[in-house]
Amino acid sequence: MAFYVVQFLTGLASAASLFLVASGLSIIFGVTRIVNFAHGAFYMIGAYIAFTLTDRFAGAFGFWGGIVAAALAVALIGVVVEMVLLRRIYHAPELFQLLATFGLTLMVEDLVVLIWGPDDLLGPRAPGFKGAVDFFGQNIPSYDLFLIVLGPVVLGILWLLFQRTRWGVLVRAATQDRDMVAALGVNQKWLFTSVFAVGVFLAALGGALQIPRDAVHHAMDLRIIVEVFVVVVIGGLGSIVGAFVAAVLVSELNAFGILIFPKISIILVFLVMAVVLIVRPWGLFGRPEAPARKTPGLTVNPWRPLTSNERLAALAVLVVAAMLPLVAGNYVLTVGSEIAIFVIFAVSLHFLMSVGGLASFGHAAYFGLGAYGIAFLAKMAGLPMIVCLLLGPLLGCLGAAVFGFFAVQLSGVYFAMLTLAFAQIVWSIAFQWVSVTGGDNGILGVWPEKWAASPSHFYWLALGVAALVTIALRIAVFSPFGYALRATRDSALRSEAIGINAKRIRWTAFVIAGTTAGIGGALFAYLKGSVFPDNLGISLSVDALVMVLLGGVETVSGAVIGAIVYKALNIWLVSQTDLSKLVLGAFIVLIVVVFPKGIVGMLEMLAQRRGNASPPGSALLAKPIESAE
Amino acid sequence: MKLTVQDLNSHYGPAHILFDIGFEVGDGEVVALLGRNGAGKSTTFRSIVGLVAQRSGRIMFEGKDVSARPTHEIVRSGLGYVPEERRIFTDLTVEENLEVGRQPKRVNAPYWTREKLFALFPNLNEMRNRPGGRMSGGEQQMLTIARTLMGNPSLVLLDEPSEGLSPKIVEQMVDAILTMKKEGVSIVVSEQNLHFARLISDRAYIIERGRICFGGTMAELDARPDIRDAHLSL
Repeated sequence: MAFYVVQFLTGLASAASLFLVASGLSIIFGVTRIVNFAHGAFYMIGAYIAFTLTDRFAGAFGFWGGIVAAALAVALIGVVVEMVLLRRIYHAPELFQLLATFGLTLMVEDLVVLIWGPDDLLGPRAPGFKGAVDFFGQNIPSYDLFLIVLGPVVLGILWLLFQRTRWGVLVRAATQDRDMVAALGVNQKWLFTSVFAVGVFLAALGGALQIPRDAVHHAMDLRIIVEVFVVVVIGGLGSIVGAFVAAVLVSELNAFGILIFPKISIILVFLVMAVVLIVRPWGLFGRPEAPARKTPGLTVNPWRPLTSNERLAALAVLVVAAMLPLVAGNYVLTVGSEIAIFVIFAVSLHFLMSVGGLASFGHAAYFGLGAYGIAFLAKMAGLPMIVCLLLGPLLGCLGAAVFGFFAVQLSGVYFAMLTLAFAQIVWSIAFQWVSVTGGDNGILGVWPEKWAASPSHFYWLALGVAALVTIALRIAVFSPFGYALRATRDSALRSEAIGINAKRIRWTAFVIAGTTAGIGGALFAYLKGSVFPDNLGISLSVDALVMVLLGGVETVSGAVIGAIVYKALNIWLVSQTDLSKLVLGAFIVLIVVVFPKGIVGMLEMLAQRRGNASPPGSALLAKPIESAE
Repeated sequence: MKLTVQDLNSHYGPAHILFDIGFEVGDGEVVALLGRNGAGKSTTFRSIVGLVAQRSGRIMFEGKDVSARPTHEIVRSGLGYVPEERRIFTDLTVEENLEVGRQPKRVNAPYWTREKLFALFPNLNEMRNRPGGRMSGGEQQMLTIARTLMGNPSLVLLDEPSEGLSPKIVEQMVDAILTMKKEGVSIVVSEQNLHFARLISDRAYIIERGRICFGGTMAELDARPDIRDAHLSL
């Protein structure tokens, strides 16, 4: 019995940090409507700076002063980030905001390694809380008891701040209606900056307070951000009480889940989250959001199928690409195969994101599931390659069917957070279920059969599949199903009103996108000859997002160009520098801020501008409205 | 002149909404902006306070061109705005709603305190701690006006204050607006209801399809039944 009580208290102690970080995320989202992906990065910087300060200044004052100073320093960094970066993108679609803050996260990951080195750092114990309390023969660290008290205290302070101060009243008002607050003479800029500073302070404090319990390392940002996303999805974005209750719930599930499913305790959390989402899609303490801003839709450029000339041009490009083996060596062909595979991956996400308006932040899950499907079929069942290629992607299809069912209940940022959480869960299973997946060692020796083994043959196979997939998805875009999907994207309410079952349409799109990603993953497994948990990882999901964005969210097939450019750049970059995450992150931020329409979007805009210069094409948009006056 | 609007043009995306809008409001004057649904009354107000991003033209308020200023600065200079949809903060209590609107005292404008406003709108006094979401439409309309007055404006843009209110509340609204006028607040009130406008206004402009098509005193408007019938559905 005493053991369970101690386990419960350990869970409560873990909840404190989780609550601090989650409440910070919630507050920031409430006012600025930005889901701050970089929140985990601020948490991590808080821990690193606290480590340095407490290491340098010993004693009680040094420790506690160091913790607070670290949180304040990070809050200051947050202010700079808000003023330099976020102010430029408050009016951008939320997807761009998520991506920009993700770019920051990538940069921070490389920067902390650059500054503090790649090794785990062990922080000092807290002065005054070094010992343990005996509880019927079980030890409870006294620092845990401190954290257990701290959580509710912080909750109380936040409550007072929001209920009893003018600043709190303004923040709550802005959470509901930013424009009206401005229309009453409140300078939103400083309100946003101060809110961001408070949120980041909480995240950094959460990180700093962890150093006596856990080692500080450069992957702690992603670990916490996934947990925080789960917490805010369960508790409800924007609710501080919700963040507290959900943080306790998730921490307890983790603490006791370890006892029940030692390897895959995260499954328990996932099950609870799924139940909450079905019963209350906006979380326990959240409230239904007003319809989210549309993800694409910066312009009103109607899509059209290719003209026959354009089709011939596309065919010509394909023929030229198919002639690559005549001139290129094996390395170039392998790179070419990889690019073709990523074209498949990118167009599958593009279908979900641009056509369906559903920005998945965990699309790699289905890519990776396709890859693992091949590994299971080829290695364990020993099936021939053709059969494997046909059946392997079905694992991606299955995963997309299950997760997609839950995910399409939501939209906007909730959808993004949920898909990310799902992907992370699949990743943890692949990582931890060593007996089946080989864990971190992956599954090796998945080689193609003789007919596809040579680089040129495999290149043709990948190229052919990529072309087929792209054509099939284009046909789907201009099919009745595609029209219905675009209708749900542009207005879920109106499409429901004309008899479209929006959720089923979206679910179908999710499954199509997941299966297609699985096809890419299947080929990837054969290309690499092995499968690793990284094939399902967050960074791969983000690669896909960047490819789509780089090509242009609002184009029909920009993702193809985006994938080619990005992948080629990426492969070249990794061969050139160790700081690829830093460069990549900066690149993402740059795209979002100065290049939001992507490559193909830019080209289309230029073409249109040239078209507008000539008299017949001019005022196409303005004319009907003016003549109506 | 308190407020002079010249050549105001506004767009929502590719759609051109307002065409060369121009009108004037004198010190302490109540001016009605009349027009049908969708004529451009709300867009005119939203453009003046900077809530419509794509706008051009000159907006002179107390001798200064505010057309390039951000919303909060325009409002802080003493130009209050009461939106049509009321936009009460539903989670906040009556007192907290007023707190959001509070701005420092201004030399050239009447100074409103909470108590003064509770005297002006006695209904609000009885529900100081009630959340805005649990109030009737009429009570919300009073709160939204009181909230704007907390900023001590010298001019208020009142967007359709009588819309959807019961005749009894409309009477109270007329009294409140006349009190505001007596205190020295200039008012631009947009209305579809000519009777209501006639009770409070000195002059009127008629807006139709984004263009001003009449401007004059209420007597001049009454002398032109053709204009009235052509542009206002009664």
